[in-house]
Amino acid sequence: MAKRNNYRFKKAPIVRAKKYCRFKKSGIKYIDYKNPDFLMPFINEQGKLLPRRITGTSLKYQRKVAVAVKRCRHIALLPYVADQMK
Amino acid sequence: MAKTNYESVIILTPVLSEKMLSDAVDSYKKLITGNGGELIHEENWGLTKLAYPIQKKNTGFYQIFEFAAEPDAEIVDILELAYRRDEQVLRYLSIKLDKHAVIYNERRRNGAFNKPKSEKPTEAKPVEAKTAEPTPAPVEVKETKSEEEE
Repeated sequence: MAKRNNYRFKKAPIVRAKKYCRFKKSGIKYIDYKNPDFLMPFINEQGKLLPRRITGTSLKYQRKVAVAVKRCRHIALLPYVADQMK
Repeated sequence: MAKTNYESVIILTPVLSEKMLSDAVDSYKKLITGNGGELIHEENWGLTKLAYPIQKKNTGFYQIFEFAAEPDAEIVDILELAYRRDEQVLRYLSIKLDKHAVIYNERRRNGAFNKPKSEKPTEAKPVEAKTAEPTPAPVEVKETKSEEEE
């Protein structure tokens, strides 16, 4: 009986498109910190860095994104804190 | 020893007159070339809006220098000391460029990332940039600022 119940409540697997690292895919080697528009997809509307699990960026490039965003903030092209930036 | 490429961004106060601005920029250019640096490129973005106020100012003149120098020449120290002493400089950032950055900057100078100039990000821009990225050519979406021609 228990066995049958378990079987019935098994969830159907959710099929999602596989995430990929956009830097690896398009061959970008250097992330320019002077271009805030390019960095916009990697931050949320508060101006915080988005985690890798959301953007799909590989670790190597996530580190570079983080450095670029921080430099961009320093030269006042991106805000350190924001309420609604997108 | 191979020369290292550096890039230096400074934000100057918006209260400067055109004469004072060019004077300040010239003095830094002289400082770079006078200390064994080789000025590769300079860029002036003109009066640009800041993302947050610095010293109660909401705009600033952006000036970018790219130069090559011997890594042991201490040119960056000299330059940053001058920046710190100068009250016209609101903010500065000096970085060492790696080999990918050098290639990227060269392509940027030659206008490889031609896009209509827009200083401030519009609402639709990030989405456009996202879709335009996975094109076969490994081109990072980048707009060239038209002020650099001035």
